[in-house]
Amino acid sequence: MKKNTGDSRFSIKYFLYFVLALGFITAVAQPFNNKKNKTISPENKAIAAATITDATTINDKSDADKKREEESANAFNEVYKVLMHPRCMNCHPSGDAPLQGDDSHIHVQNVTRGPDGKGLYAMKCSNCHQSENVAGLNMPPGNPNWHLPPANMKMIFQGRTPAQLARQLKDPKQTGKSMTQLLEHVEHDKLVLGGWNPGDGRTLPPMSHEEFAKNFREWIEKGAAIPQ
Amino acid sequence: MINLKVNGKAYQVDVDPSTPILWVLRDTLGLNGTKFGCGMAQCGACTVHLNGDAIRSCVSPVSRAAGKEIMTIEGLSDDITKRLQEAWIAEDVPQCGYCQSGQIMAAAVLLRNKPNPTDNDIDLGMSGNICRCGTYQRVRNAIHRAAKMKPKAVK
Repeated sequence: MKKNTGDSRFSIKYFLYFVLALGFITAVAQPFNNKKNKTISPENKAIAAATITDATTINDKSDADKKREEESANAFNEVYKVLMHPRCMNCHPSGDAPLQGDDSHIHVQNVTRGPDGKGLYAMKCSNCHQSENVAGLNMPPGNPNWHLPPANMKMIFQGRTPAQLARQLKDPKQTGKSMTQLLEHVEHDKLVLGGWNPGDGRTLPPMSHEEFAKNFREWIEKGAAIPQ
Repeated sequence: MINLKVNGKAYQVDVDPSTPILWVLRDTLGLNGTKFGCGMAQCGACTVHLNGDAIRSCVSPVSRAAGKEIMTIEGLSDDITKRLQEAWIAEDVPQCGYCQSGQIMAAAVLLRNKPNPTDNDIDLGMSGNICRCGTYQRVRNAIHRAAKMKPKAVK
């Protein structure tokens, strides 16, 4: 035990010498190091400075971009709440029959989309859906152009995650619309606005149409980010 | 006054423009073949044709029909509807019969759009017409039978 303690003290002593020596060498070498820095030409220095400035700007931009992207994604998450509400999603089903009610059950008459989205045979949307809401509780809601998305552009909302839906909305091949046209649809299409005037007995989307359109616009204007 | 054309005849009716077509047909014009079922476009008993579409007359305001052509069960006269009448009799389709004028009006639109419908086409086209007697199988057979009949000369 005693021997071991003595050995250990010996090692610590040598270790301390080593640390002191290393400190001395570093201190002495430092001026040489500075001298070496001074040998950099002013021209090189300027380039170095510019590079640093650029890097700083890029970093700033990237921070701003990140913030913008985050705001865009947040705006989409708000939009998503409305798109997945039954008043919107019921006409964007994953199958070929529209949905009904706040539980989004399949339309009780088992209506089918048809090629133009306006129904088939004796089961056309406008056979029951008039140009305006029929008065009374749970009577057929109306719009002059009542329809589902057409068969070649189904624009499914049902079952989509926020990221999937955002990607889909950004793809003109899947929407048939440019982002400007999409915004126009969201802001002014009477069928979209109908979601906020659904007739007696139906709940409203979780925010006003104005707020929804504002979020949609923010999502697009800030780069239409895909939420995580 | 609203100008209507029903089964080829012109009428002028003095009713509120929001009156459902069903009540103008039944109460104002005395055409009682079209039935009132649910009054909210759920059952199909009130189906008539408006410019060839199988509309639900109980929720369609008469203003919608102004200047257009209405055809009711009383007005069936073209080839398709004649074949349907014959097929309906041959298959002895109706039980209580209450929904049958709506069924035939819907079947006529189906056959016009799809002259040789499959069972699936019939399901898609007729699923909005409810029959409380459950005559669905006979409705289906009658539509197939009508589709197979040779076209008849139209008057």
